[in-house]
Order: sequence, then structure tokens, then C-alpha cells
Amino acid sequence: MDSRRKFWIRVEGSIVKWLFMACASVSILTTIGILVTLLYQGYGFFNEVSPWEFLTGTRWTPILKPRSYGVLPLVSGTLLVTVIAAMVALPVGLMTAIFLSEYAADNVRRIIKPILEILAGIPTVVYGYFALTFVTPLLQNIFNDLLVFNALSAGIVMGVMIIPMVSSLSEDAMISVPRNLREAAYALGATRYEVSLRVVVPAALSGIIAAFIIAISRAIGETMLVTIAAGATPRMALNPLEGVQTMTAYIVQLSLGEAPVGSLEYNTIFAVGLVLFCMTLLMNLLGFWIVRRFREAY
Amino acid sequence: MGNSTVFNVRGLNVYYGDFLAVKDVDMDIKKESVTALIGPSGCGKSTYLRCLNRMNDLIIGASVKGQVSFENRNIYDSNVDATEVRSRIGMVFQKPNPFPKSIYRNIAFGLKVNGFTGDMDEAVERSLKQAALWDEVKDRLNDSAFALSGGQQQRLCIARALAIQPEVILMDEPASALDPIATLAIEDLVRELKVNYTIVIVTHNMQQAARVSDETAFFMVDKDRSGYLVEHDDTQKIFTNPTNQRTEEYITGRFS
Repeated sequence: MDSRRKFWIRVEGSIVKWLFMACASVSILTTIGILVTLLYQGYGFFNEVSPWEFLTGTRWTPILKPRSYGVLPLVSGTLLVTVIAAMVALPVGLMTAIFLSEYAADNVRRIIKPILEILAGIPTVVYGYFALTFVTPLLQNIFNDLLVFNALSAGIVMGVMIIPMVSSLSEDAMISVPRNLREAAYALGATRYEVSLRVVVPAALSGIIAAFIIAISRAIGETMLVTIAAGATPRMALNPLEGVQTMTAYIVQLSLGEAPVGSLEYNTIFAVGLVLFCMTLLMNLLGFWIVRRFREAY
Repeated sequence: MGNSTVFNVRGLNVYYGDFLAVKDVDMDIKKESVTALIGPSGCGKSTYLRCLNRMNDLIIGASVKGQVSFENRNIYDSNVDATEVRSRIGMVFQKPNPFPKSIYRNIAFGLKVNGFTGDMDEAVERSLKQAALWDEVKDRLNDSAFALSGGQQQRLCIARALAIQPEVILMDEPASALDPIATLAIEDLVRELKVNYTIVIVTHNMQQAARVSDETAFFMVDKDRSGYLVEHDDTQKIFTNPTNQRTEEYITGRFS
């Protein structure tokens, strides 16, 4: 073997593995970095405001006097929009997936799947203006007291936005259910509907729930759409016809303002961010638990 | 054993797209007996079997021409519902395919989709006893079916098929994925079941065909790779004194 070849093998053995590992650690280090930032800056916030007041307070007026730092209005705003989005996206997405996986002929699937993927590729700012300038006026014909900025319209459009995520991931899970399970059911005289709902969906449940969780996490973290269409009114009420402010929308609002770095107002960003981080983390843990609890391993 | 026939198959051709997989089969299948389908790989015996309960409907591009009469009614008539056909003609597959559910719910599934309203516990027990599985699983009906051995899983699949009280059970190489002892258990079961059921069994194990069946049908593949029926007669005759020379060559192991 010539020496150049030998040299290369040595280099490969020592460097290439480290290169790949460095790439793999980028995302881990980023996550750690974000968490450290949130905790560090959040610490500054909680030095001045007690966590109890923050987590249980029902008034969020960090910029206006009298100042109040109860995060619940932002949490409830986020949840309200998310619940509406989930009510749209989960059933429609799941039924779309069942249609694609169990009912649609190959050529139909080949048309619908790319269209859904286009839906997933539309920038969220476009969805925001779609909600504000198209869906809201449409809904105002039905609900007379619907405000211009409202949770309902933002939630519905967000639901539509995450349908592709639900349907695509659920369909992947359903397609990979072994064919012989379907055959077993058909051979017992089950109809297509029964095969779909009693065999395929239960067998694919862990994948379907994972799809739900990812979509809901996405809805919780979605920013641009709610900033544009849902308003900027931190409110405890659960009326979807009025405006709300979500955690993400608040962070945008404050970032665009002129809060001096290191000030209490500025630090609220990180405290709210910490809550957001915990909520998505909780969702993922919940999903992990549900998947383990209910899955039908095949 | 009565002489009445359950199936009258006439001029059956099965296509996968343009490919003719099974060519021009005529066959009568007797009630309450075991008919074995044998032949080399790719001779269309499984494809033929799946015509008898319209499982081929589920394969994209498959089409069936000709007539399959089940109790004097062509199951390919446009007014016949395939799901009803399948609830009267059960099927057991090559590889055990229990649902990823409990043993109990595997049996209950078919009953539920067929609108069973009687005593579910009793029906489950009866089916498991018929499949000679009850004693092995009666204390763990709520365990996953996947916890069973391969042979037990296959008997569960047979019990599942029996639960809805079909008239015919089609078996597609039901023991090919099992060890010899589990295979014998399945064969014993087949012999017991023929008292009340008509059984059509595909096998590539000729000893098995000789052991369990009353009649044997031998399929071959022609130069266009289409399967066709060579000979169908009493098993005794097929294995001792076949009419066709190709059958004899196959039986005696001159090709496979």
C-alpha cells in the first residue's frame, strides 16, 4: 500500500468520526444553549417577581402602570388558539390520512399529497393575512360581534395550516401497518371502514398520536399568524370572538418595542419563553407516555 | 361425506394487469371434505384460492373472469357483496397474522363486525376449543396475541376464522411458517374440522396433502408462466395412480 493511501486511512479514522459527531452535536448544543439563556435571563426576572405571582397572576401588564406580571392571560390565549386549531386539524388531518392510506386510488394519492405539501410550505405570514383579511370578514357574517382581531379566525386558519402535518405523519404511520393485518380483517368480512377504524388506526396509534403532538406543539409555538390575526390583548376570558394575546405574540410585541436590555420588561421575554419551552416539553412527554401506554405493537 | 358440491368453478381466468396468472380452471369442490391444492411455486394455486372468497379484489390490477359459484350463486355477480362472501368463506394465511390486540379481542373482532349479539364470552370459548387452543390460553385471554408461539398464533387465526361460523375455510399454506410439531397440530385440526366445514388448503408439502386431504388438485405453470389445473381427483388416486404424467413426475419428486 502506498504511503499516501495509508495517510488517508489514518486521517479518516481520526477525523471523519469527529466531524460527524460534531454535526450531530449541533442540535444538542443549541438546545442546551437556548435553555441556559432562558434560565439565566429568567433568573433575572424571577429575582424581582416571585414565581408564584408570575404563574398564578391573572393580569399581564408589564409595560403599563400599574404593572402586573401574571402570565395566565398569555397562557390562556395560547391555549385557546391551540385548542381551536386542534379541533380543526386533528379530525380533518386524521380523516385525510385515512382517506389517503385506505381509500384513495394510487393516482388520486399522487395528486393530493403534493397539494398538501404545498399547503405546508406556505409562509405563516401569508396565513396570518389570510385569516385577518379573508376568514375574519367571512366569519363576521355569521358572528355579528366578532372583533377584527380574534382567536377564532386565527385558530381555524392555524388548524388548516397544521392539517398537512397531521395527515402526512399519520398516513406514514398507517401505510406502514402490515398488509397482512388488513387482509386478516377483510377475510373476516370487515368493510373498508371497519378495517380502517378498528385495525389500521389502532395499529398506527402511536404514530398518529406522535403526529398530533408534533402538530399541537407547532401550534403552541406558532408566532406570525397569531401576531397578525389574534390581536394583542392579554385576556383571561375564553371567548373566541374577541382578541387574545399568545405568549409568542407577546414576545414579538416586546421585541419590536424599545425595552432596554437587562430591564425587567426585557427579561419578561425570557420568563414567557421559559413557560413556552416547558409547555412544549410537557406536550412531548405526554405524547411519549401516551404512545407507550396505548400502542399496539405489530 | 356427502357428494354435494360447494363450489363450481368454470372457465376461471385471473389476470394481474395483462399477465394471465391462472388460466381456464374448471373445478368442483365437495362439501365437508378437504381439498388440497398442490403444485410448484408460481403455479397460481394461492391466486386461485383467493378467488374463492374474493380476496383478489383487494389487489390493485387483479381481475377475475369466469364463474365461481358458491352454493349455486356466482360470487362475482355484480349484486353480490364481497364482505358477505368473506364472512361465509373464512381464510387462514401463510404467516400467522393475529391482530396486535388481546387473544380475546382477536376472536371478538370478527363477531363484532358481523353484528354478533349473543354471548361473546361463550363464542370466544367455543372457537378457541374448536381450534384446540382453549386449554393453553384460557387463563390469559387478555394477554396480547403476540405473546403466543407461532403455532399457537396460527391456531388463534383459525379460531378467529371459525368464530364467525363460516361454511368454508380456505387455508393458504397454513403450516409453512411453523415447526414440525406445530404443523402436526394444525393437520390434526384440519382433519377434525372437515366434519363440519369444507376446507380448501394450499400446500407445497406433498406429505401434508396426502395426510390431510380427501381430494387433491395439481396445478402447473405453462411456458407463459400462467398457472393451470392439470388434474383433480381423489387424493388416493393422485398419489398412487395419477392420470397425467406431469402429476406423476411432480409427486415422485422429479421436479418441483
